Amino acid sequence: MKAESATTDGSLQPLLKVESLVKLYMKRNLAGVQEEVRALDGVSFAIEAGTTLAVVGESGSGKSTLAFCVACLENPTSGSICFASRNIVAISERHRRKVRPQIQLIFQDPANSLNPRWSALDILNEPLALQRKLNREEMKQRAYGLLDRVGLPSEIANRPPAELSGGQRQRLAIARALALEPKLLILDEALSAIDCSIQAQIVNLLMDLQTSLRMTYLFITHDLSMAAHLADEIAVMRRGRIVEHGPTEKVLQQPESETTQQLLKAMPRMIRPALPEMQR
Amino acid sequence: MTAVLEIQDLSVSYRTPAGEPCPALAGVSLDLKPGEVLGVLGESGSGKSTLAAAIVRLLPPNGHITGGTVLLDGKSLSQSTSEELRQIRGGRLALIFQEPSLALHPTMRAGEQVRQVLAAHGFLPTSALKEKTRQIFAQIFPQDAERISRSYPHQLSGGQRQRVLIAQAIACNPAVIIADEPTASLDPTTQLEILDVFRDIRERLGLAMIFITHNPALLSGLADRVLILYGGRAVELGPTAEVLASPRHPYTKALIQSIPASFDERIANRKTRMVAIAGDSWRSTSSQRGCCFEPRCVEAMDICREREPALVNLGINRTVSCFKYES
Amino acid sequence: MTGFPLRRLRHALFLLIGASILAFLFAALAPGNYFDEMRLNPQIAPETLVALRAQYGIDRPLPMRYASWVNSLLHGNMGFSFAYNSAVAPILIVRARNTLLLTATSTLLAWAIALALGIWSAERLGKLPDRLLSWSTALLLVIPDLGIALGLLVLAVRSGWFPSGGMASVDFETLSAFNKLRDLAWHMVLPMAALVLSALPLLVRHVRAAAADVLSAPFMLAAVGHGIPRRTLLYRYALPAAANPLISLFGFSIGALLSGSLIVEVVMSWPGLGPLLLESILSRDLYVVVGAILFSTLFLVFGNLAADMLLYLADPRIRTESSAR
Repeated sequence: MKAESATTDGSLQPLLKVESLVKLYMKRNLAGVQEEVRALDGVSFAIEAGTTLAVVGESGSGKSTLAFCVACLENPTSGSICFASRNIVAISERHRRKVRPQIQLIFQDPANSLNPRWSALDILNEPLALQRKLNREEMKQRAYGLLDRVGLPSEIANRPPAELSGGQRQRLAIARALALEPKLLILDEALSAIDCSIQAQIVNLLMDLQTSLRMTYLFITHDLSMAAHLADEIAVMRRGRIVEHGPTEKVLQQPESETTQQLLKAMPRMIRPALPEMQR
Repeated sequence: MTAVLEIQDLSVSYRTPAGEPCPALAGVSLDLKPGEVLGVLGESGSGKSTLAAAIVRLLPPNGHITGGTVLLDGKSLSQSTSEELRQIRGGRLALIFQEPSLALHPTMRAGEQVRQVLAAHGFLPTSALKEKTRQIFAQIFPQDAERISRSYPHQLSGGQRQRVLIAQAIACNPAVIIADEPTASLDPTTQLEILDVFRDIRERLGLAMIFITHNPALLSGLADRVLILYGGRAVELGPTAEVLASPRHPYTKALIQSIPASFDERIANRKTRMVAIAGDSWRSTSSQRGCCFEPRCVEAMDICREREPALVNLGINRTVSCFKYES
Repeated sequence: MTGFPLRRLRHALFLLIGASILAFLFAALAPGNYFDEMRLNPQIAPETLVALRAQYGIDRPLPMRYASWVNSLLHGNMGFSFAYNSAVAPILIVRARNTLLLTATSTLLAWAIALALGIWSAERLGKLPDRLLSWSTALLLVIPDLGIALGLLVLAVRSGWFPSGGMASVDFETLSAFNKLRDLAWHMVLPMAALVLSALPLLVRHVRAAAADVLSAPFMLAAVGHGIPRRTLLYRYALPAAANPLISLFGFSIGALLSGSLIVEVVMSWPGLGPLLLESILSRDLYVVVGAILFSTLFLVFGNLAADMLLYLADPRIRTESSAR
């Protein structure tokens, strides 16, 4: 069942609505000439609460730029991003601070986004402390609760990220994101740096969280196979534009754009050779 | 046919800053015949990168080979002088590193970096080096070879950098190439291209290759045989098609199961729980007496906790290390 | 190509103008002027002083004096020295030449030693020779330049091996060309030693750090994996990659060529820019002070500019920067 956030006039609005988003960079090429790079060239889409949109594309298609803009880490050149019916592009820092906890970003490499000198507990306490609503004892309880939520044993609470495996680090990153009770989680290639066998565990965790917390996901990936499993809708990006967008089955089984077809052609490699005698 | 590269019972251990030994490889054996492609499949912590480094004797200062031998053309590498080793590296035995963005010199042009490899093995006079470099680039880059040769690494895309690494590896026509996760940081279409490059050089140059990866799907169609590594040990070995179709070791089985049979099956199973191997990846600090996979094995038996399984022969070229097959 | 160097040149020009204004301002605003000494002499009438001041234009308002100074500068005239009773430029040039003779050779020597020691140390990182070197440089760093200079001076006086000051012996003019050179070299040993010893610790540490960074980089390991021989690894791979921080440091070295040797020159009576600056500040010889400061600034700015240009040429990554709008 899809739940949407209601507005004052009672109509159902999507949780995130992006319209005509443009992001330009100036880059100097080898000849010394400044040229304009259109990282995002008029991107529009909407995500309903409690669902997952996968944005797929090759490197350079602009998917990471999109993630950063939605997460308010970069300012788009033009266009609007409506979160819970409110445009969050050109708002003051004070208002933005209220919005930020609701949109959290999980990066590809947990080793780079977790402070290597802190213990897992410190890492979880940081966002809780910034909210300044809980005392020490409550924070500790909540931190352990979060560890449990993501399936991490409480023994790791005092260990630094370096002593955790890749999968555990990514779970810790998810736990930290959950500390602020976000409504939207942006996963920027969050599964790409993890072993295949652990990816499945993290995917199961994400799906659990979506069911129990009604979490909304913006899942950025170049792995079409993973997108196929997780997403309700898929948007295919190329050179800063969305070239195809629709429900997962439709996009993957009846692709219309050439980009999607090319990505799908790269896919059959990732499929297990269909041979008899698979021992289950 | 005699093996061009033979590894017997290789064991490698690292020393932590605290001084404790941390075993990374334990008793790994394999042999590589001329012109053969051997896939080495393993996840993080399995020891696959350690294996690559140990073969060319490029372990970090805190790593030591604690046992076993590596034989190239029948001669043990541990008995080679440092000058002989230098000639072998890049000359007979080439290593393609992970992370092409880090493995290339940041302020040297791509062509120059390949030329240096040629110059280091001195079988061509200096005047001929430039032409040879041009030829190699023309082989690896069907278009734009000239421009890429004059570019710096930071001006090239991930796929292009990977090709430069490959060019460096094949420059001196080695007998064996060891490719350590060559497609790990690339997106799917580029991955396909690079795999094609590998297939191409294998056909044209007839060299033997060890292809290390964590993704089983990359090996079908490229590798003749595959070696599965887990916890620093070789747990299964056999022809690729056989191992992928009918895996014997519980780890291999679980790994293969997680790949859906077809894309339609993947879509049909959308949003359901994925088949996952329970537990965490193997850590070398965990002290175990028994089988290293036992904590995560669905078919574990009592004996698995007590002893390490020995290598069992299941037929021609097929071995597995599991108590289930010991008779 | 033209963007980066042009910007740097403009920047350098602004720096020079700004430095000249500030130098002029501070020197002129400092209480007193050259003729104040004479006021203490009862035999000189106050009217004479007024006349002298008018003659040298010291009584005019500051901006006018600055303007006329800039005007004469553009005509190649750097002003007039009251103490030496001659034009400023020739005095400065001779003294600057003496200083450069000392500092240029010292800088080159210090860099040569630092490169060798730093790389040698980085190759043996953490082991005993490296740690010994670290301790010695730390010790040298702690001893002030003055201490080193005085210590060497004491050595000279006690042992009599080296002259205790000056640039030339009394009978310099009578010597043959070859002996003149020998005499000069003999006088240079101590000041050079002082300068090299003061500069060495910082340079060695920086070279060591830059070299250690590079030697442990993945591309070095990859190069070893390709069988690149050791010498090529060091000179063709490691050194260029470590060049970035070292080029900036080299720019500072050039920049300090005219200003870093002041204490050593004064202590060892080397007739360079240092002692001249000191004297003229004490005697309020305005135009000499401003001229000397301008000279030093010129070198500083030029040094930085040279470093920027070298960096631009050496690192292709700087030539292709990108910026977000």
